[in-house]
Amino acid sequence: MPPKLTRPKKENYSGLQKASTGIQGLDEITAGGLPRGRPTLVCGGAGCGKTLLAAEFLVRGATQCDEPGVFMMFEENAHELTQNMRSLGFDLDRLQKQKKIVLDFVHIERSEIEETGDYDLEGLFIRLGHAIDRIGAKRVVIDTLEALFAGLPNHAVLRAELRRLFRWLKDRGMTAIITAERGDESLTRYGLEEYVADCVIVLDHRITDQVSTRRLRVLKYRGSSHGTNEYPFLIGDLGISVLPITSLGLGHKAHQQRISTGISGLDEMFGGKGVYRGTSVLVSGSPGTGKSSIGASFANAACQRGDSVLLLAYEESQSQMIRNMRSIGIDLARWQEKGLLEIHASRPTLHGLEQHLVLMHELIARIKPVLVVVDPISNLTMDSDDTLLKPTLMRLIDFLKRSGVTAVFTSLTSDSEAASASSEVGVSSLMDSWILVTNLQRNGERTRTLQILKSRGMSHSNQVREFVFSSRGVDLLDVYLADNQVLTGTARVVQEARDRVADELRRRDHERRLGELASYRRTIEAQIDALKADLERHANEVEFSIARDNFEAEGIAARSRIARWSAATESNRTKQSRKRNR
Amino acid sequence: MKTKPIKPPAGSVSEAAEWQLRLYVAGQTAKSIAALNNLKQLCETHLAGRYAIEVIDLLVNPQLAAGDQILAVPMLVRKFPEPIRKIIGDLSNEERVLVGLDVQPLRPGVV
Repeated sequence: MPPKLTRPKKENYSGLQKASTGIQGLDEITAGGLPRGRPTLVCGGAGCGKTLLAAEFLVRGATQCDEPGVFMMFEENAHELTQNMRSLGFDLDRLQKQKKIVLDFVHIERSEIEETGDYDLEGLFIRLGHAIDRIGAKRVVIDTLEALFAGLPNHAVLRAELRRLFRWLKDRGMTAIITAERGDESLTRYGLEEYVADCVIVLDHRITDQVSTRRLRVLKYRGSSHGTNEYPFLIGDLGISVLPITSLGLGHKAHQQRISTGISGLDEMFGGKGVYRGTSVLVSGSPGTGKSSIGASFANAACQRGDSVLLLAYEESQSQMIRNMRSIGIDLARWQEKGLLEIHASRPTLHGLEQHLVLMHELIARIKPVLVVVDPISNLTMDSDDTLLKPTLMRLIDFLKRSGVTAVFTSLTSDSEAASASSEVGVSSLMDSWILVTNLQRNGERTRTLQILKSRGMSHSNQVREFVFSSRGVDLLDVYLADNQVLTGTARVVQEARDRVADELRRRDHERRLGELASYRRTIEAQIDALKADLERHANEVEFSIARDNFEAEGIAARSRIARWSAATESNRTKQSRKRNR
Repeated sequence: MKTKPIKPPAGSVSEAAEWQLRLYVAGQTAKSIAALNNLKQLCETHLAGRYAIEVIDLLVNPQLAAGDQILAVPMLVRKFPEPIRKIIGDLSNEERVLVGLDVQPLRPGVV
């Protein structure tokens, strides 16, 4: 299948023109609608929704595409059809009055009709032609032609006339839907596919595990590509909606915006900012690990930001959920009153998986939420066979991503640790972030722990964190590391106490040692003072003795100078006397 | 009703005839002409003076096709006596037409 089914532009000129059906999803599968100006065969068993599909095609054409239509019916009369369609919100009476739709009930009663000789169905052509001309119809529905086979015994004439009818419809450029009952061997009981071969749509109503799902398949579409898969469809309050999600490529836009998880500790683990908007988050865990609470926290945080939230609950009823969440301080009722939160609780067994998906689609399309919480996805299937869950979720995730909706899915896993990782392998690859909540059983108690197994496109914590509920909400405790181990629960408390004691002892020891140091310092300082005083004294003494010495030395010098002087005078006298004596 | 009533042969009662027949055709095709001729002949033979035939051309009055539940043409409708009976085809098989109209043949030997 091509990744994108939109046709290149040039094809609009040369290629097949299409008429939009206006039916959700069908236009996507058929890449624009049914072949314009050609008949399309819709076949299927009883109760498949053939009439409804045809009627919706006509009503949508009249109201949305401005293409009036003629509904020629052989089984129901106009009144019955009007009533039936009214229950789906289509007011055929009004459309008839507005000359947008003509209802023509063709009544054939085998017992009233006698055949003699040659005849044709010109009457039918005239009727149809007249109805078409009256409102300028562009679309025709014939539901179901096969009633003619029961009403008219001469099948040779009938077949020739039917061939002419389809030719005639084509010539008049009518986009037509012809419905037919499914046959045992062939597509239709009377082999109508022989005549209408441009486009064949097969409807199917299948029951698996007591749950029925309607499916639609485009068997053939001449001159156009189309989705070939079987697509589930639902007859809902707004008519038919088909799910063509797998026909889409991975073309969604990635948001840069980050949104809070509502749990500050968890935000921190996601790099402090929470998860990216428009991504899908899987919260998996064994029973009682707090998956729903995480989901509710997400919802609560979104509502606090003023975003609208859709909460799909498959385990608890609405009021039960509100009550339970109130016990951990999350008041969902107030958001409901504000119209921000919508809770849809239903039993998963109510519908098949596909039908759930369609319902989700309708809800999402109507509410246009920013966040969707599905609690839980694991409960959507009755059987343990998960093969269907993955494609369904893929479709849902694709759809949500395309609409930029952030999704939180919770998933129940069995309690054993080995299974917790393996059972999700199927869906985890679809998820952008995966939060695993586990119960650690140790020392006779269970502790909730939380870890982020993956989170695409952001740095995230690799630690296992302890996860606690309180009346103020859900939060994560700081990591408690001891001896290279993350401690949780009682072990954490014990270790905390032990660490507190150790801290205290250490503190006291430090105090004591500081005290010792202070007194030692004081002693040393006293000693220093004493030594300093001693030094001072010593210095004084030395200075004094030096001074005294100096004085003494000066005295001696003075005395000796006097002596030298007197001696000199003495010797002079002696010299002079000697001279004289000579 | 904008139809072109074909005057029954002289001597018959046009108003409130015992047998009121209506023949729907789509244009002057070979089949419709054959049907009308066959019908006239049959009525003259078996219901002389007691019938009224009204021919409706759906090409002229297409709106009547839906109202009278016409599908195949030519179609002969016995409006009266009740209940309504319908015979489709060119009425070439006189016996079947008589059975269809529930007419007792006047001359058993003919049929």
